[in-house]
Amino acid sequence: MKNRIVLYFSATQSEQPIIYQLVKEYDLVVNILKANINPQKEGLMVMELTGEKDNYDSGIEYLSSLGIACEPLSETVMWNEALCIQCGACASFCPTEALAMERESMEVSFDNSKCVVCGMCLECCPTRAITLHFDIKEAV
Amino acid sequence: MSYQKSYEEINEKIRKGEAVVVTAEEVIDIVEEKGYAQAAREIDVVTTGTFGPMCSSGAFINFGHANPRIKMKKVWLNGVEAYTGMAAVDAYLGAGQLPESDPENKVYPGRFTYGGGHVIQDLVAGKEVRLEAIAYGTDCYPNRALETIITLDDVNEAFMFNPRNAYQNYNCAVNLGDRPLYTYMGILRPKLGNAAYSTSGQLSPLLNDPHYKTIGIGTRIFLGGGIGYVSWNGTQHHPNVLRGENGVPKTPAGTLSVIGDLKQMDPNWLVGLSYVGYGATMAIGIGIPIPILDEEILHYTAVKDEDIFCPIVDFFEGYPYKKDIDLGFANFKELKSGKITINGKQVVTTPQSSYPRARKIAATLKEWITAGKFEISQPVQMLPGADSNIDFKSIPDRHPANGIIFNSRMGGNKYEK
Repeated sequence: MKNRIVLYFSATQSEQPIIYQLVKEYDLVVNILKANINPQKEGLMVMELTGEKDNYDSGIEYLSSLGIACEPLSETVMWNEALCIQCGACASFCPTEALAMERESMEVSFDNSKCVVCGMCLECCPTRAITLHFDIKEAV
Repeated sequence: MSYQKSYEEINEKIRKGEAVVVTAEEVIDIVEEKGYAQAAREIDVVTTGTFGPMCSSGAFINFGHANPRIKMKKVWLNGVEAYTGMAAVDAYLGAGQLPESDPENKVYPGRFTYGGGHVIQDLVAGKEVRLEAIAYGTDCYPNRALETIITLDDVNEAFMFNPRNAYQNYNCAVNLGDRPLYTYMGILRPKLGNAAYSTSGQLSPLLNDPHYKTIGIGTRIFLGGGIGYVSWNGTQHHPNVLRGENGVPKTPAGTLSVIGDLKQMDPNWLVGLSYVGYGATMAIGIGIPIPILDEEILHYTAVKDEDIFCPIVDFFEGYPYKKDIDLGFANFKELKSGKITINGKQVVTTPQSSYPRARKIAATLKEWITAGKFEISQPVQMLPGADSNIDFKSIPDRHPANGIIFNSRMGGNKYEK
C-alpha cells in the first residue's frame, strides 16, 4: 500500500534516525516530499510511504510507539482554476502528470491523486494559481 | 487572384448579419475541403487571437484635479510608481513597474508578486486602489502631497497604450548552462531541461498576415476584452528578417503598438503575472480580424502550426551576452505536442501563451462580427514591410568623459565586461 502522511516530531524525537529504521526494519519505501527538522526543535516531515500492508502497519505502529504523531496528508496542492490562464507551463514541470495538458484542447487539468507535492508547479505558475496547502497543525 | 472584395463590401455584409466569419483554426479545414478559390469567395473575415505575457504594455490615466490642485512629481498606485513627467495629473503606469518596497532579486530568485500589470488588472476589475502623490508645489498647483482611494470610475480617462504587443513569432528559449535560469520565458532548467515558447502559432494575428497586407495603423481589434486599435508599428518592429516560402518570418519580426479604452476592458483578458526571478508583467488578450480581400490573403490565414518555425535560443549565454549559438528551429506543431528534439535530445516544451485563451478570443471576435457589433476597418497607413530595410539597432558602446555625473545612482552599478 501507498500513503502520503505528515509526521510531527517533538524536539527530542527529531534526533532519532527513524527513516533508517522504516527502511531497514520494516522494508518500506520512503519518499520524503517536504521536511522541516532541526536539532533540538519541533519539526514535521511530509512523506510518501510504500510497502506491504503488514510492514506498513508495523511501521506506523513503530512511529506511534516513539510518540511521533502521524496523520494522513490531504488537499496538499491546490489549483485555483479561476486564476489559471491555461498557459500550461506547470504541466511541463510536473513529474507525475498530476498537472497535465490535454493536447487537443491544450487545456490544463489537475488530478490531486497523482500529485506528489514536489512543488515544481508553485514557482513556474505566473498567475500563482497553484498553492501549497498543508493541513498541518501546530507541532506536538 | 481574380476574385476580390472591398472593406466596404465586407462591412455591408456585417451590417446585414450576412458575413461569413471563421477563426484562423477553422479556416484550415475549410480550405482543405473547398479549395482556396471557393473558400475565398465564401469567407469574409478570419479571426485571430493571442493571449500571453506582453511586458511592453501600460495605461495612461488622468486622475482629475484635487483641491487644492497638484502638479504630481511622483505618483503611486497601490505603491507602484507611475510616470508623471507630463502635465499635472496625467500619468503612465507600466505593466512591469514594481513597488519600491519589492525585494527584487535580493533574495534570488525573487517572487515579484505584484506590479503595474496587477494594478491595471485591479483597476479594470473595479477594485479600490490607493493613490498617493507628492509634488514640490507651485503658485498654480500648491498641493504638495495627497493620499486617497480611487477606482477606475473616479478617473477621467484611462486608456491602455502598449508600445509593443503581438510579436510576430518569438524565440524558443532553452538553457545550455548548468544552473536553472529565471527568465521572462519562465524557468529554464539546466542542460536543455525544457524549451519555453510563446505565441499562439496558427491563431496568432501577425502570423496570419505575415506581410501586413490588412493589419495596419487604424485596424480595429479585440484588446483586453474591449475594442482597441492598432496605433503604430510596435517598438522593435523588424520586418526584414528570414522568412519561409509562405512568407512567415522564422525569427521575431513585426510588432504592434495598440491603444484602447481601459474602462470597457475585462480583467479576464488583462491579467497581472509574476515571473519568479524576472519580474512582474501582464498577459494581454489581442484578437485581430483579417478581411479576406482576395485569395492571396486567404492563403496566409490558412497557415498551419507545422509551417511556422521559430529559432531555438540559448538563454544561458546566447541571449544575454549576444553569442551566436545555432540550435536550429522548431515548428509549432512539435512545440504544441509537448516535446521537441534539440541536438538529438528530447526536450519538454513549456508554453508561455495560452492557446485555449487565444481560441476563445478568436471565437469571441467571430461572435462580435457575426452579430454585427464589430466592423472591420481599412488601415489609414500600412506598416513597414519586409522590403523596408529597417536596421535592428543596439545601444552603442561609447565612453563618456569622466568628471561629469548625470546620475548619481550609476556608481558601481555598471556591468563591466
